[in-house]
Amino acid sequence: MNARDRILERVRAGLKRPTPVSVARPDRSLAPMARSVAHLLNDFIARAESLQSTVAQVSDLNAVPAAVAQYLQAQGLSRKAVIWPSLKALDWFSCGLTAEARPPVSEDRLGITETFCGIAETGTLLLHSGVDHFSTTSLLPETHVAILRVDRIVERMEQAFALMQSELGQLPRATNFISGPSRTADIEQTIVIGAHGPRRVHIILVG
Amino acid sequence: MKISSEQFKGNARKQLANEALQSNLSRFGGGFADRRRDAVVKVDDFEALRDRGASIRAEVLENLDYWLLKFEAEAQRRGTQVHWAETGAEANQILLNIARNAGVQRVVKSKSMVSEESGLNEVLTEAGITVTETDLGEYILQLANEPPSHIIAPAIHKSREEVSDLFEKHHGTPRTDDIPALCEEARGQLRPHFLAAEMGVSGGNFLIAETGSVTIVTNEGNGRMVTTLPRVHVAMTGIEKVLPTLEDLSAILRLLPRSATGQDITNYVSILTGVRDEGALDGPQENHVILVDNGRSRLLGGDLHDALRCIRCGACMNHCPVYQNIGGHAYGWVYPGPIGAILTPAFLGLEKALDLPQASTLCAACEVVCPVRIPLPDLMRVLREKELTQGLRPWHEQLSIRLWRWLALHPGLYAFAARWGTRVLRWLAGRDRLLHSLPGLDGWTDGRDMPAPQGETFRDQWRKKQAAERKIIPIRVDQSLPEKTAGLKK
Repeated sequence: MNARDRILERVRAGLKRPTPVSVARPDRSLAPMARSVAHLLNDFIARAESLQSTVAQVSDLNAVPAAVAQYLQAQGLSRKAVIWPSLKALDWFSCGLTAEARPPVSEDRLGITETFCGIAETGTLLLHSGVDHFSTTSLLPETHVAILRVDRIVERMEQAFALMQSELGQLPRATNFISGPSRTADIEQTIVIGAHGPRRVHIILVG
Repeated sequence: MKISSEQFKGNARKQLANEALQSNLSRFGGGFADRRRDAVVKVDDFEALRDRGASIRAEVLENLDYWLLKFEAEAQRRGTQVHWAETGAEANQILLNIARNAGVQRVVKSKSMVSEESGLNEVLTEAGITVTETDLGEYILQLANEPPSHIIAPAIHKSREEVSDLFEKHHGTPRTDDIPALCEEARGQLRPHFLAAEMGVSGGNFLIAETGSVTIVTNEGNGRMVTTLPRVHVAMTGIEKVLPTLEDLSAILRLLPRSATGQDITNYVSILTGVRDEGALDGPQENHVILVDNGRSRLLGGDLHDALRCIRCGACMNHCPVYQNIGGHAYGWVYPGPIGAILTPAFLGLEKALDLPQASTLCAACEVVCPVRIPLPDLMRVLREKELTQGLRPWHEQLSIRLWRWLALHPGLYAFAARWGTRVLRWLAGRDRLLHSLPGLDGWTDGRDMPAPQGETFRDQWRKKQAAERKIIPIRVDQSLPEKTAGLKK
């Protein structure tokens, strides 16, 4: 017997029965509360802002570069960005931005990504890894700009998982729920924004 | 980790006399409880969420072997290598072999309490591998060469000045007492470690059986770094951490951050499944999970079974008057506070932690806040009872409890002893009605005075009350009869 067998044997002995052949999948799905898109949007914005994310809204995807430029201007930040390849087609150049479609290195200051979906319950962004979806774009640069389509805001985490199931089939390598800039309270319980990850999370809602 | 749970009383005494610690505890200790309260009242029905959490965790434990095997099969299907370790030492050995096979020189770690159980860092260091803790609190403690004193805020016992001293000594940078500047300094120091390490080691807050995933929650983003940048990722976690589905995870995640730090959600929740996709440019190429038993399976089906529901939020210690006064180090092992008072004797053996289940007033604050409704005071009573029946308590305690038992079984004698006992105590107390010392009970009276019993004994009062009631009973019975009441109204 190896460690695995001995551990499982002790579990069976403790529970006083053999390992069940099958156990019904517990059904703990939560039905959405059938709230309007406007409601979800309001909730999402309020909660995202309470987590120190900033939020802007534009009518369509083509207006995103100008909104990014405006944000950078207001914050006094550099206009050099690394972006996901899916955002290459946008006209960054005429808004005065340099956008390189590659994974970031540690020195890159600004990362721009799309978002799989948003979660209204907590103002959370859901991003997942993939060949063209670098996980590091939302992690290494000190500013993360996330583009989120308004019709991709779901109510709760359960619905986000259902959406992943129906569109992706299985979980990607990394599924990251992001709720605001990174933070720590490890010294004297004082909350400080900007621990190891981004110091700023700016969400641009589209639609 | 070095075990000093046997010396709990001495440890606690030392910590009570430690002025710096006392000041830090009183300044930072209460924050968690306030934040949890504020977060909980914002939720429609937090008690219903707790019910849900408790039943999810209880159901998992009922079929733990089934869910572990399901997790294993699904994780393997996605390319994760699953290892099983009976002890902490075995887990360390497995991890060391993985590191050697992959030619690893540098390891970055995000917080893992199981790796504290196993003393992983010492083992890796001895093998010539550099280990860097990356959670800010854990990093501070690595520099200080101290164990964590809290399961979610490991360096809560340190002030900014102490952190500043450590940073000055180890980084050679100018001293600063500015907390954001200290955090910035740590960020700058740790970033190169993330980028250079070949292996990331993390804990696992939850394992998802249905998808074969490991879930990690962090606020700092270090958990994401160590599971994204290095080419090898190893998650080390306890066998009880499994959840059947992602819906279960959703439900538990409504409880964990609110109970822990009072956040509605932790900054980063990462669900990690398998290895880097073909053609992808980030993520580990090699992914391992080490499932660690280290005493857990023995608890299943026994009288401490419910302790395995724990999701490690720290609410019990944040609300414990004992923890708040002595801090985490006094408990002498990885898990302090009420949950530690149960897990330490459960994992290490009762004889190694005799005073821990006694280190509670049984005020039940822990039980009231536990997100998965672990009956912590009941479990402490179970352990207290075991200590007595196994003859592990000091002889005078055993003798006095036996004496009390004998007295309690003879009601007449008990009444007599109580009546005279209170009189003697009153006489001993003198004018200020306080007992400043009691022979044989100085452990009790050294720290406080005992008020002398006043008035009559409970039994005497009860007898009088009953006699008085007997006189009025006929009237009350009459009035309570419906027809009579109706008659009176007319």
